[in-house]
Amino acid sequence: MAMALGRAATAAVRLRAWSWLTTVDHKRIGILYLVTSAFLFLVGGFEAFLIRLQLIRPDNHLVSSAMYSQLFTMHGTTMIFLAVMPILVGFMNAVMPLMIGARDVAFPRLNALSYWMYLAGALLLNSSWFLGGAPNAGWFNYAPISTGAYNPGPGIDFYDLGVQIAGIGTLMTGINFLVTILAMRTEGMSLMRMPLFVWTTLITSLLIIFAFPPLTANLFFLMFDRLAGTAFFNVPHGGDVVLWEQLFWTFGHPEVYILVLPAFGIISEVVATFSRKPLFGYASMVWAVEVIAFLSFIVWSHHMFPVGLGPTVNTMFVLTSMAIAVPTGIKIFNWIATMWGGRIQLTTAMLFAMSFIPTFVVGGTSGVMTALAPADMQFHDSYFVVAHLHYVLIGGTLMAVFAAAYYWFPKITGRLMSERLGRWNFWLVTVGFNVAFLPQHFIGLWGMPRRVYTYGPGLGLSFWNALSTVGVFILTLGILVMVMNVVHALRRGEAAGPDPWDGRTLEWSTASPAPPYNFARLPRVRGRDAFWEQKRSTERELWPVDRHIHLPSPTPVPALMALGLLVAAYGAIFRSIPVVAAGLGLTVYGIHRSMFDVDPGVIVTPTEEGAA
Amino acid sequence: MSDAREAAGALAFADGAHERARFGMWIFLSAECAFFACLIGAYLALHGRTLGVPGPGALFDIPVTLAATLVLLVSSLTMVLAVDAIEREAVDALKGWLATTAALGVTFLGFEAYDFADYWARGVTLQGTVFGSSVYTLLGFHGLHVAFGIFWILSLLRACAALTAEGAVKTYLASLYWHFVDVVWIVIFSVVYLVGKAT
Amino acid sequence: MGPSVIAGMAGAPLRYPQSALAPAGPVARSEFQLIQLSLVIMLGVFVAVTAAFAYTAVRYRSRPGNLAPASAVDENRRLEIGWTLVPLILLVVMAVPTVKDSYALTPPDTPRVVDVRVIGHQFWWELQYTRLGVTTANELVIPYGRKIDLSLTSADVIHSFWVPRLAGKTDLNPGQLNTAWIQADRPGVYEGQCAEYCGLGHANMHIRVVAVTDREFARWVDGMRHPRVTPASALAKRGMALFGQVGCSSCHTVAGTRFHGQLGPELTGMGNRATIAAGTLTNTPAHLRRWLANPPAILPGSTMPDLHLTGSQISALTAYVESLR
Repeated sequence: MAMALGRAATAAVRLRAWSWLTTVDHKRIGILYLVTSAFLFLVGGFEAFLIRLQLIRPDNHLVSSAMYSQLFTMHGTTMIFLAVMPILVGFMNAVMPLMIGARDVAFPRLNALSYWMYLAGALLLNSSWFLGGAPNAGWFNYAPISTGAYNPGPGIDFYDLGVQIAGIGTLMTGINFLVTILAMRTEGMSLMRMPLFVWTTLITSLLIIFAFPPLTANLFFLMFDRLAGTAFFNVPHGGDVVLWEQLFWTFGHPEVYILVLPAFGIISEVVATFSRKPLFGYASMVWAVEVIAFLSFIVWSHHMFPVGLGPTVNTMFVLTSMAIAVPTGIKIFNWIATMWGGRIQLTTAMLFAMSFIPTFVVGGTSGVMTALAPADMQFHDSYFVVAHLHYVLIGGTLMAVFAAAYYWFPKITGRLMSERLGRWNFWLVTVGFNVAFLPQHFIGLWGMPRRVYTYGPGLGLSFWNALSTVGVFILTLGILVMVMNVVHALRRGEAAGPDPWDGRTLEWSTASPAPPYNFARLPRVRGRDAFWEQKRSTERELWPVDRHIHLPSPTPVPALMALGLLVAAYGAIFRSIPVVAAGLGLTVYGIHRSMFDVDPGVIVTPTEEGAA
Repeated sequence: MSDAREAAGALAFADGAHERARFGMWIFLSAECAFFACLIGAYLALHGRTLGVPGPGALFDIPVTLAATLVLLVSSLTMVLAVDAIEREAVDALKGWLATTAALGVTFLGFEAYDFADYWARGVTLQGTVFGSSVYTLLGFHGLHVAFGIFWILSLLRACAALTAEGAVKTYLASLYWHFVDVVWIVIFSVVYLVGKAT
Repeated sequence: MGPSVIAGMAGAPLRYPQSALAPAGPVARSEFQLIQLSLVIMLGVFVAVTAAFAYTAVRYRSRPGNLAPASAVDENRRLEIGWTLVPLILLVVMAVPTVKDSYALTPPDTPRVVDVRVIGHQFWWELQYTRLGVTTANELVIPYGRKIDLSLTSADVIHSFWVPRLAGKTDLNPGQLNTAWIQADRPGVYEGQCAEYCGLGHANMHIRVVAVTDREFARWVDGMRHPRVTPASALAKRGMALFGQVGCSSCHTVAGTRFHGQLGPELTGMGNRATIAAGTLTNTPAHLRRWLANPPAILPGSTMPDLHLTGSQISALTAYVESLR
C-alpha cells in the first residue's frame, strides 16, 4: 500500500517534470528562464565574491593567477550571457504577451527551443570547471590569447560553443518576440498604446536580430581556428587579431543596450504605477529608445580607442558615443517628471526603481567620460571602466531586475513578497553596491589595470581595494536576503490577487498566476494604460468569453534539439567526429519534426474564475 | 450556430499562424543577411593576404562559376513555378518543379566541389593562409545553406501527398529561403568573383 | 647611469606612483585636463539630476490615506526641449577639446631624435632603440624634456603600454605597428604596467620609464654600446662560463659576447637596472638568487623555467649578471 502510494507519488513527480520539459506556455517558459538565470546569477556572484576576496589585500595568494583568470572570465560570461540577459528574457516571457493581450507568443515551440538552447549553453560552459578548466581569456575573449597557440586547453572551446549555442537561442527569442509584438496585439493595442516594457522588448529584439550574427560569425572563425586550423587570427599566416575585436564589439555594444533597454522599460512601468500617474513624455520615451538602439550600432569602436585605429576613426566614434547621452538624458528627466505631481508609494519595487535613477546617472556620466578618446586612453582597461560597467549593469540593469522581481512576482506566482525583507534587501544592495564600486573609479585613475590577479602594496591602493571588498560583503548579504524573501514568499506569502498594485497595464487584468490561455476574453484596448482606463470606465465588457480556446500542444522536440547540440558540442570539444555527427543528427531530426509535424493543438474551455 | 462561429474563431489563432510564419521567416532571413555580411566583410578585409599562393585574380575561373550561377538562378525560377503549382493545386507539377529545384541545387554543389578541389590543388588550403580560410568559410557557409535547402525541399517532396493549406505555407517558406540563398550567391559572385577577378 | 636611477628612486615616494591624476608629461597632462573638464561637468550633471530627483521623491511621497489619483500631466513641450538642448550644449563643450586632443596627441609621421621600438612578449617588454643600435628590456631609459617616439608591436598576444603619469594606453598588436609618443618633464622613474590581459603573468608585467639628463642618457647609450665584456671577479667569470653551459644563452643576449639567445630579455647592462623579473623585484643579489632558483614561483606563467641550479651555480650566475654594466 505504502509502496503503491510511493510509486504514485514518483509517477506524479515524473509527470510534472515531463510537463516542464515539454511545455510551450510562455509563462512557464518564463519561469524556467527566471529560475535558471537566478541560479546562474548566484554562481556568477560567487565567482565575483572570490575575485574580491583575492583582491582584499596586496600580494594575496588565496587563488592562483590561473584560477583568477578563469574566475573573471566566467564571472563576466556568466553574468552577461547566462544571468542578466536571460533574466530579462524571463520577464519578457512572463509578462509581455499578457501586456499586449495575447494568448501566447508567435512561435511557442521556438520559444521552448530558445530556452533549452540557453540551458544547454549554460550547462556546457559551467561544466568546463570539471572537464579540463574554465575559459580564461576574459568575457570578450580577445584573439590571439584565445587561439590554440596560446591557449591549448579546452576552456576556450567551452566558451566558444557555449556562447554560440546560447546565442543562437537568443536570436530565436529576438525573432519570436518581434513577430509576437508586431503581429499578435489585441484589438485596439496600437503601437503607440503599447506599454514601454513592450516597446523596449520590441527594440531589444531588433538589436538581438542584428547584433548576434556578428558574434555568431566571430565565434565560427575562432572555432575553425581552434578545431580546423584555419588562420583567421593566426598572424604568421596573415590572420588579423583586430578582426576579432571589431566583430566582437559590433555585437558587444548593442549587447549593452540589449541589457539596458529592457531595464528602461521596467523602470517606466514601475515608476508610473507607483507614482499613480501616466508616464511622462511617452512619445519621447519611445523615440529615445529607438534612437539609442540605432546609435548603439555605430559606437562599437569606443571599446577600442587604444587599438590604434587613428584619430579620424576615433573621433567619429567619440561623437556618436557622446550623442547617446542625449536620448538617455531625456529618459531620466521623463522618469523624474513622471514622479512629479504623483503620489509616490515607496514599495520595494519602487525603491529599486528610484535608486536606479541616481546610480544609472553615475554609470551614464562616467560613460560619457570614457567616450572622450584622449581621456579614455587613461580609463581604458583600468578599474575606472570596471566601475563604469558595473554602475551600468548593476546600478542600471540589476536595480531594474530587482524592481521587476518585486513588481511581477505576484503576477507570476500569485503570492506577494515580504515588504519588510524587501526593505532590508534594498538597503543592503544599494549601500553594498556603492561601497563596492564607487572606490573603483579612483582605483582605476590611480593606476590599477583590470584583470590583474594581484597588486603590490606600492601601488597605494590597499585600503581602497579592501573597502571595495567590504562593499561586496554587504551586497552579498543583500542578495541572500532576496533569496530568503523568495523562499519565504513561495512557502507562505500572502495571496496577491489579480491586481495588487492597482496596475495600469493588461497583465493585471487577469488572474495571478494567469491561466494557460491568459485571457478568457481577449481585452479590447481604448488607450494607453489600458487596464487603468478600463478600471475607471463605467462601461462593462459585453462581448462573450471565448469558450473554445485553441492552444499549442506540449512537445519534447525542442528539448531534444537542444540536447543534440549539447552532445555535438561535447563531441567537438573532445574531438570525436562520431559524437558530433550523432548530436547534429538528433538536432536535424528535431528540425525535420518541427517542420512537418502537424500540431492539432488543444482546445481549452476557460473556467469561471478565469473568465472573471 | 454560435458554437460553430466560436470554433471558427478559435481556429483564427491557427490561421494567423501562417502569416506569422512568413513574417518570422523574413525576420530570420534578415538576421542571415547580417551573418553573411560579416562573412563577406571578413573576406574583404583578409583576401589580400595570400602569402604567395594564387590570389583571387589568378585563382577564380569565371566561366565555370558563371555556369554554377546560372544553375542557381534557374533553380530560383523552378522554385517560383513550384509555388505557382500549389496555387493551381497541381500536385504533379509541384512535385516535378520541387524535384527539379533540388536537382539544380545538387548540380550547383557539384560545381562548388569541383571549384574547391581546383583551388586546393593550386595551393589554396583552408589552413595555409587567411585568404584560404576566409574564402572557404564564406563559400562553405553558402554551400551549407544550399545543402540545407535541398534537405528541406526533399522533405517537402516526401510530405507532398498531404497538400494542404499547411503544406502551401511550408513550400512558400522554403521558397523564400531558397531565393535568399540565391540572392546571397549573386552578391558573392559579384563581390568575390567578379570584383576579385577585376582587381 | 647607476647613481641617477638611485636618485630617481630616492625622491619622496609617491602615494600613487601609477596615478593618471599626477601627470608628468605633456601627453598625460592633456589627457588629465580632459579628465578634469569632463569630471567637473559630469559631477554637475549628477548633482543637478540627483537634486531634482530627491526633491521630487520627497515632495510627492504619498502620505497615509491619500490614494487619490495624481495629476495626470504627461507632457510639457518647453521642458522637454530644454532637457534635450542643455545636455547637447554640455556635450559640445567636451567634444571640442576631445577632437582637438585626438589629433594633437597623434605622433607625427617623421620620427624625432629618439625612437624606440617596443615589442611586447609574454611577459616582458623588449625595447629597441632603432637608430642608436641599443636593445634593452623592461626599463625604458629616456632623456627628459624630449619627445620620444614609440612604435609598438607584439611578438605573441595583445599587450598594452601604459605608464599613466606619462601617457594613456597604446595597444601592442601582433602583426601591426602602432605609434605613440611620451615625454617626461623631469628626471625620475615613472611606473607602468601592461593593461591588456595577456596571460598568467599579466599582473606582473611592469614597465618603468627612467628619465635622465641628456648627458646621462648619452653615457648610458655609450655604456650599452660598449659594455664591459669580461667580468673582473673569478666568481663572475665562472658565472659567465655557466651562462653558456646551463642554458641561459639559448634565450638571452649579452652584447659583445657570444651569447645571442632571442627568446628572453636582453641582459646587456643588466647590472644597471633597478628591477628584475619584469619589474616584480628590485635588482639585488638576494632577489636575483631567489629568481634564478625558481622563476615560475615568482612570476606565474614565466617562460623562464626552473633550471634546477645548485647553490654555487646560482652564486656564480648572480655575480656574472650583476657585473653586466
